[in-house]
Amino acid sequence: MANRAVATEQAIELQIPARAEFVALVRLVVSSLASARRILADDRVDDLKLAVSEACTNAIEAHGAASLDDRIVVRCWESDDRLEVSVEDRGEGFDPQSLPQHPPVTDPQRLNFERGLGIPLIRTLVDEVEFITADEGTSVTLTMYCGRLSDQ
Amino acid sequence: MELGLDVTEKNGYAVLAVRGEVDVYTAPRLRERLVELVSQGKHQIVVDLEGVDFLDSTGLGVLVGGLKRLRSHDGDLALVCTQHRILKVFEITGLTKVFSIHESVDAAVGE
Repeated sequence: MANRAVATEQAIELQIPARAEFVALVRLVVSSLASARRILADDRVDDLKLAVSEACTNAIEAHGAASLDDRIVVRCWESDDRLEVSVEDRGEGFDPQSLPQHPPVTDPQRLNFERGLGIPLIRTLVDEVEFITADEGTSVTLTMYCGRLSDQ
Repeated sequence: MELGLDVTEKNGYAVLAVRGEVDVYTAPRLRERLVELVSQGKHQIVVDLEGVDFLDSTGLGVLVGGLKRLRSHDGDLALVCTQHRILKVFEITGLTKVFSIHESVDAAVGE
């Protein structure tokens, strides 16, 4: 993890109030960063933007309405072969392995599930995702490899 | 952040044209508009997503909820979408099999 430690020193950090109206700002910052440095192809920037948005949405929902002063920390750092974005909250954690399974889309019961699509989307959109859940909050780290490692 | 929600009538359908970004902040407005339309007796609704720049899982959830509400009234909720990056969200989640997705409003309302 030595490389990550070096890269983290040069991370860009954004703190937002744990409120829904700030997710658009995070999307703007992360997608601008990824586009400006030309690290990722445009469609990969869109994937990252959506994944980051989902992670921030989960973080805000973890805080709930009672803690409007809480903050969510978004960190971005890049190295030669990757761009990483972490989203940290101070809300109650969850177990990403124990999410309820949706019925298949062909099942009429599927329409009873309006939520729970965020984590599957994140898993599909980014090359790697790591969830760290502790008593003091959850951290989600999203990794995009510049060389489309996942496709090789 | 603005979310455009304009309703027109076409061939017996209520056409809801959505513009802007649909996320955790704006999705409740889309939900309210759909609920309002259903309560006005509009049971054949087309949601036009061509003006949408961004749609996440909260937006998908609202559309799924709308479809469920309309089906319970023997109605339907169809979508208009040709944008690759928006269609991709439906494809990943398998919801392309749940919604009828059309290339134009005319196609959606059967004109």
